[in-house]
Parts: sequence; C-alpha cells; structure tokens
Amino acid sequence: MREEKGVFYRIDWIMVILYLALVLMGWLNIYAAVYNDSHQHITDMHQKYGKQMIFIIAALVLAVTIIIIEPKFFSQFAYFLYGFFLVMLIVVIFAGREISGSKSWFAIGGLGIQPAEFAKMATALALAKFLGSIDRNIKNPRQLFTAVMIIVLPALFILLEHDTGSALVFLCFVLVLYRAGLTGYVLLALVAMPVLGVLALIINKFILVAALLVPAVLIYLRTRRHFKHLIIIVSIFLASAGFVFSVHYTVYHILEPHQRQRINVLLGNNNDLKGAGYNVNQSLIAIGSGRFWGKGFLQGTQTKYNFVPEQSTDFIFCTVGEEHGFIGSFIVISLFLGLMIRVVLSADRQRSKFSRMYGYGVASLFFMHFSINVGMALGLLPVIGIPLPFFSYGGSSLWAFTILLFIFIKQDALRYELV
Amino acid sequence: MERALAYRRLVIIGIFLSVGLIFLIRLFYVQILVDKYILSANNNVLRYITQYPARGLIYDRNGKLLVYNEAAYDLMVIPRQAKNVDTMELCRLIGIDKDEYIRRLNKARNYSPYRQSIFEGQITRENYGFLEEKLFRFPGFFVQSRTLRKYTYSIAAHTFGYIGEAGPDVIESDPYYRSGDYIGINGIEKSYEEILRGEKGLKIRVVDVLNRDKGSFQDGKYDTLAYAGTDLYSSMDEELQEYGEKLMAGKKGSIVAIEPATGEILCLVTSPSYDPNLLVGNIRKKNYRNLVFDTVYQPLFNRALMAMYPPGSTFKLVDALVGQQEGVLFPTTTYGCPGGFSIGNGKMVACHSHPSPLNLIGAIQISCNTYFCRVFRSIIDNRIYTSTRQAYEKWRKEVMSFGLGKKLGLDVPGELNGNIPTPTYYDKYHGKDRWRSMTIISLGIGQGEIGITPLQLANLAATISNRGWYHVPHIIRAIGKKDSLNPGFLEKKVSAVNPAYFDIVVEGMADVVTSGTARASKIDSLDFCGKTGTAQNPHGKNHSIFIAFAPKLNSKIAISVVVENAGFGAEWAAPIASLMIEKYLKRTVKRRDLEDRIMNADFIHGLNVNNERGKGGFLPD
Repeated sequence: MREEKGVFYRIDWIMVILYLALVLMGWLNIYAAVYNDSHQHITDMHQKYGKQMIFIIAALVLAVTIIIIEPKFFSQFAYFLYGFFLVMLIVVIFAGREISGSKSWFAIGGLGIQPAEFAKMATALALAKFLGSIDRNIKNPRQLFTAVMIIVLPALFILLEHDTGSALVFLCFVLVLYRAGLTGYVLLALVAMPVLGVLALIINKFILVAALLVPAVLIYLRTRRHFKHLIIIVSIFLASAGFVFSVHYTVYHILEPHQRQRINVLLGNNNDLKGAGYNVNQSLIAIGSGRFWGKGFLQGTQTKYNFVPEQSTDFIFCTVGEEHGFIGSFIVISLFLGLMIRVVLSADRQRSKFSRMYGYGVASLFFMHFSINVGMALGLLPVIGIPLPFFSYGGSSLWAFTILLFIFIKQDALRYELV
Repeated sequence: MERALAYRRLVIIGIFLSVGLIFLIRLFYVQILVDKYILSANNNVLRYITQYPARGLIYDRNGKLLVYNEAAYDLMVIPRQAKNVDTMELCRLIGIDKDEYIRRLNKARNYSPYRQSIFEGQITRENYGFLEEKLFRFPGFFVQSRTLRKYTYSIAAHTFGYIGEAGPDVIESDPYYRSGDYIGINGIEKSYEEILRGEKGLKIRVVDVLNRDKGSFQDGKYDTLAYAGTDLYSSMDEELQEYGEKLMAGKKGSIVAIEPATGEILCLVTSPSYDPNLLVGNIRKKNYRNLVFDTVYQPLFNRALMAMYPPGSTFKLVDALVGQQEGVLFPTTTYGCPGGFSIGNGKMVACHSHPSPLNLIGAIQISCNTYFCRVFRSIIDNRIYTSTRQAYEKWRKEVMSFGLGKKLGLDVPGELNGNIPTPTYYDKYHGKDRWRSMTIISLGIGQGEIGITPLQLANLAATISNRGWYHVPHIIRAIGKKDSLNPGFLEKKVSAVNPAYFDIVVEGMADVVTSGTARASKIDSLDFCGKTGTAQNPHGKNHSIFIAFAPKLNSKIAISVVVENAGFGAEWAAPIASLMIEKYLKRTVKRRDLEDRIMNADFIHGLNVNNERGKGGFLPD
C-alpha cells in the first residue's frame, strides 16, 4: 500500500496537466467544429462532442488503470503486445471495415477501433524492449536490422491497409535509433531526402543530377584525396542520383492519382482550388481569417459552416487557428512542444534503458503526428490524413495516445525502482 | 557508451523546436501578414444583400397619383455557385435559349465570379410565382425583390422619363451605384434621381458551404435599413396633359402651359409620344429599340424642349416691347402698309391685305409685317448707338432677358438653348460689320436664324402676362411635403423692359382674339390674349404657332402651341390653345365641333387637314 501511494506521489504532474489541458482543448474544439444551432449541448450523445466526452472518460479510466497496474507488466509483455497487434493488423485487412479507402477499422458494436493506432504504441514498447537489453549495440548490423524490422513490419501491414499516413508515422522511430547510437548521418539524410525530392519534382532531373556533381567534386578536392574518400563520395553521389530518378518515377508512376495531386498542390503545380487544392486552401482561409486574437469560441464561420472538410479529425487545427487566432495556435503549439520536450528530458533521467528508449519512442510519435498534422493544415506538407493527438475526434487515437503517454508516466514515476 | 550519447537529446529537442518555430512563422504569415485569407473567408460566408428602397411617388397638382411602384423580382446569379443548374427548365421559365443563358452567365462572370449580378431583371409577380417553386433546382441563383415603376395614366412619358440599370460609367464615377442598381435615365426620374431613389440598405447574411442561409451576421450589427425615396408633387394637371395629348394626336408639335405667377408647368405635351408603361421592366430594352428606330414618328424626341422653331409673328410682341424700351416706338406710332416692306433690289417682305395705316395695337391685332419691319429697323438704326453692332447687341440683350436664346433651367433634362444669333455670327456670314438692319430684317418678323423652343415661347407668354417677370418653369412644385415649394425656383427673373410698356401689348393681344387674326378661337365669357405665328421653314408647309394667356388680368395659364407643317397659326395652333385654356379654366369643353376637327386632323398621314378656310375666317399673320 505504501508503494501505491508513492506512485501517485511521484507522478510527473506537469506531464499530466499538459495532457489534461490538451485533451480538454481538443474536446472544446471538436464541439466548436461540429457545433450547430440545433444541437447545442456539449454532452449531447448524438453528436461527436458528446461521444468524445465518453471517449475522454474512458481514456481517463485507462490512464488510472495503467498507473496502478504491476510496474513490470509493459516491459515484460512488450513483445507479446507487439505480436498481438501485428496479428490484428493482418486480421483487419480481411475482417475490417473499409472507411474512405482504408481497410483499417474493426467494427465492435457501434464503435470503430483502429488497430494501427495501438500498433504504434506496441511498436514503441517492442523497440524499447529490444534496445533496452544489456549489451545491445546498434552499430552491429544484425542488431540494427532486427531493430529496423521491428519498425518496418507493422508499417508494411498498415500500407497493405492503404493507410499511407499511418505507415509514414513509423519513420519517427529513427529518432529512437539515433538516440540509441545510430549515426547522425541518417538524420542528415532524412532532411536531405525531402529537399532533394522536392527539387527532383520541380527541376529537370538531369540538370539536378549534373548540379549534384559540383558539391561532390568540391568535397573531394577539400579532402585528402584518399581512394577511400573517393569511393564514399562517388557512392553518395550515385545514391543521390538514383534517389532523384526514383522520386520522379515514384511520383509519376507508382503513387495513386490523389496522392500525386496532393504533392502537386503542395509544390504549387496545381492551383485547382475547387478540386485537389480545395482542402488546403480552405484550411488556410480558416486559419488565416483568425488573425491575431481569433474570432472567438464558436464564432468561427469557416469551420462551423463546413467549408473545411474533415474539420473534426484531420483538419481540427483549423478550428484552433480560426477561433483562437495566432495566440491560440501559439498556445497549442507550445503545449505540444512542452509535452514532447518534457518527455524527452524525463526519458534521459531514466535509470532503466527500456524506460528511456520507450520515452523517446513516445516523444517521437507525438512529434510525428503533431508535425505532419499541423504542417498539412498550414499547407507546408501534402495532405496526409493522420490525427492530431488529443485534438482529433476519435476513440482509438485518443486511447492509444493516452496509453502511450501514461505507460511512460508510470515508468517515470517508478524510475528509482526500475533498473 | 549509450550514456555518452546523452547530448543527442539536445539535437532531438532542437528538431522539435525548429519545427515549432517553422509553424509559428507560417502562422504569423498566414494570420497576420497577409489579408488574402480573411477576405476569402468573408467571400465564403458573407452574402451582402442590398435592400432596395421604394422609389418616391409622383403626384399631379390635384393630388392624383401619377407614378407609383409595383413589386417585381430580379433573378440574381453568383456565377461561381451556378453549378448543376437545370438549365433547360430555367431557360424555359424565363423564355431564353441556351446560347443566351451562356452569354448572360459569361457576362456575369466577367463582372465577378463570386458577386451577384442580375440575370433576368424585373420579373413580374406572376412569373415570379412559377420561378420560386423551382428555385432549388438552380443553385447559385436567387431572387431579390425590387420595385417596378408603374404609371396610372399613359401620359407625359417624356416628362416622367424612365429608369434602367446603371451603366459601367456611372458605377465607376459614383460610388453609390453598384452593378444591378437602377438609376433614372431621363425625365424627372433623372433630374430628381437623388431625391426619388431613397437610401439603400444592406443586410449581411451568413451562408454555409452549400449556400444555405445561416442567419444574420453578428445579429445584424452591421445591417442598415433602406429608406424609401421622397415623394414629388408635380405641377402637372393630369387632365390637361391628357387632353393636350389627345388634341395633338396625329400631329407633330407640342403644347406647353405654365402658371404665370409661379412658373409651374401645367402640361408639357410633345407629340408623337409613347406609353410610359412601355419602358418598364424587362420589356424596356425591346420597346426602346422599337422607339429609337421609329423614324417616322420619332417618338423619343421631346419637341417641347428640344425642337427649335423660328417664332414667326409671335416675335412681334418682343419687337413691340423692346421698341418701346428703346424709345423708338410709342402706342401712337403709325406706319402705312403698301402690301409689303421693300428691302431693296426689288425684293420685299410681303404683307397680307389689311386696313392701313395702323397704330401699335392694330399692328399686333392684324400682325402687320411692314409695321414690325419698320419697328425693327428703328431699333437697330437708332442714332444713339454708334454702330449697328452696338444697337444689335443691346437688342439681343433685351430679347434674351425674356428667357430666349438660352436654357431656362427646367427641371426636366434635355432643354435646348434656342438661338438668338450673335453679332459674330453675322460677321462670319456677311463679313465684319458688313451687315445693317436691312440685312437682318427678317428677325423683325421672327424669321431667319432665330430659333426658339416651345418652352421658351410659353415662358414668353407667361412673362408678358406678368408684365415683365417670370419664374423659371418647373414641373415639380413640391418635394416631400405637398404644401412646400420647390426651393430651386423661387427667384423672380425680371425682363429688361419696363413693366409700363406691357399693357399696350396685352391690349393688342386681347384684340387678336376678339377681332384679330385668332378671332375664330375666342371663348365666350373668357377674355384671353394671344398672338398667332406662322413659321416658314425649309421642311414643308409652315409651322402653325400660337401663344396665349388667360385671363387678361391675373392670368392662370400661359400657353404655347406649335403644330409642325400645318399652316397658319390661326388655323391649328390657336384653336388648340383656346381648347386647352377652356379645359383648364372651365374644366369642360363645350365646343365639340372644334374639338372633333382638331382631334381628327392627322398631319403625319395627311388626313382631315383641309379645313374650310374663310368659314371661320382664318387670317394669315
């Protein structure tokens, strides 16, 4: 009994308060986004905000449950949970319900459950478990391969469900690998690739490849001209050239038309504001019309009158931008950054390597969702439909992120007992 | 080893913060730096609905309603929203074909794809009923209620004028008008536009993505009410105007009647005219074209203001007045008439046979050409002036003080100056100072270069009846309040001729009717004064002209009548004037025979125009 009292005593309440603040804001914004004059009460169960309230209550129950559960449960059952959700990801392909192109939902009663949301959490656990073992060395290619497979496998299954956005999220675990010791060049490459990719789409690819020769030659001339350096530089150059050509090929031959259009919209090649560019344009109109102070709670016209599609889920940030303006957006962004940084800093003070790696997984997942979702709403990224944690309407996403966060809070609270 | 990598948390936090910073910069740009998004947002949700006020009504001098409004509807379109329209049905309902539909939609789109334009204007109430039921099948289209001008009596079309959509030039120069607004284009509608139009209101409505109305914007905080236009009280006498138009049927010409004491226009008849109800609503364009291309009747030409005639013998009244003022003519001045006035080279201004010699009254009564040629000569050759030119300039100034030769300033647009030739004109024509009184002698009998409008003739009659002054003629006697006075016309204009010189001229004019050239037109128990005129012109038969006022003292009506190419003034213009005076002063006309003869005469087609000369004794003037 003394120990349980201790758990609540040592909980990082700042994290919990950040969590509660985001959930509450999310709920109010869903209310504002769906609000109409005929159903005014925020607890109306026939409306999304009423349902979201139930989801939130359930999420809080889950959070408390996690806090009082056996401390070693998640590290011990990490692989089991991972395996379970991998199976679920396959099952959903056959038994799931198709909603707007993605076969990623289980219909349980009146409720839709998305295993992919939970798979992210399970992957974070499994990766932490794997990297948390003593004597684990990420520089060992075999071990690196295993770690990468832990990440790629669920992503692959999710791709099979045609849920590209969710699959893309798994890329965030590179940050965990980086923290575990993976070379920093991987991050550099991850930054360089989109830049090169965009250039490949807007500049003639032959000219681009020729232009890449210039830095290659310059770098070679500045090094000591060892044969070894030449090999490295040539292979990087060849890899880049290959990348340029494959981006072009991928976009124009492999991607589906709607995805290609979304990329074209982003690059400014498509100004069809009624067609493919409609969402992003309306999103920017909603956010831009909020000005500094916003239009006020429930006063947003663009979101309330349905000009912005998917306003309660993928484009929920529009409601924030329109009704609460720059100041409200600033607050929401700050809360997210605060939560993520708090998680990273806490992760580093963990004595258990599992807890530390898991903490990085949590922060990376939040970061990925946050940056893709808000980046899309701001027209900085192509339209990729993934939820904004705690804000977007939906039970699966809220629960998965709650579990994800509270497992870490629990681990953090017990950091002196766990090794 | 892994502990040594703790610095990497800073790299990762750095990445988080950079992304956050990028977002904030982007938000700053989108929300604060650029206006485009807030403007688009307003375009998305706000619909500005103009509230059109009812135009002011127009009454006649006896309180009869002349011009009023009827509910009508404009079919508006917002091109950007016109998608999935049941085009066939819409075309059928408003009676256009598909090409026309496309043409109109393109025109609206050119104006603005997301602002409203009139697609079909001024639909009547009945047609609106059919349209309204099916409006849901035409997204992007909606109906705006307007008013349609209606005329109780089909008279005075030129005076009322008409309204139409404001053109691009007006919209550009006057910020009050937006595309689709109506504006007075002619007549009273034009000159009193700012009083009649009232004040537009604005309602701002919020609509959702499907263009469904979601209520007023911020509880109507920015809405404004429409204020109805101000009513006008015309000085027109509806019955007199209508009677005048009947008398003028089949004739080209005009009748202008003025109340001398006030300058109020009693009627402003121009003929041929048209039914004002033709230029209303969506039939206006078609009918207007027909009227423009009617070259036989020229129904759009307002002769009362825009036709210039040589005044003929009516101008002898001005000679008589100016001659006395100049001290070269006295009531007792007597000239003999040998059947004409010789102007040298064997030419002469002919006169008809009459007793001779005559004094001033007699000369007016008989309208002796010789007498007034001599009067004119004595004015121009007056020794007190150093040159013909100086004398002429003095003469011209005095003539123009009667409101001749320049616009009077009537409150109906379109008035012409008329023409009292300048000395420079004669310099150009004859050489500098190479003209004398004999060169321009035809002015003395109102012929030659002189041009006067029927309105100016009527005003001349009014001035003489007032013994030397007039108010600028006007058709609107009161604005807003029935018993107020139109403030633009209170000033008394005084002629250059001493009032004392008028009575002898008025006596002459009385004799014209009792025993002179117009004696066939006299009215029992009513003393009215007149003067006939017969204007020679290059377009055929002489114009028949008559000016008059009645009664002789404290006149209630001054009138001018011109009938183009009809003959002597006494033949047509004088009886018409006499009927008009009878109508106005006695309210009923007893002389049915005369009325019938006038009404049946059709000079345009040459029917019933040969009257029995001599029977009534129509004397030449």
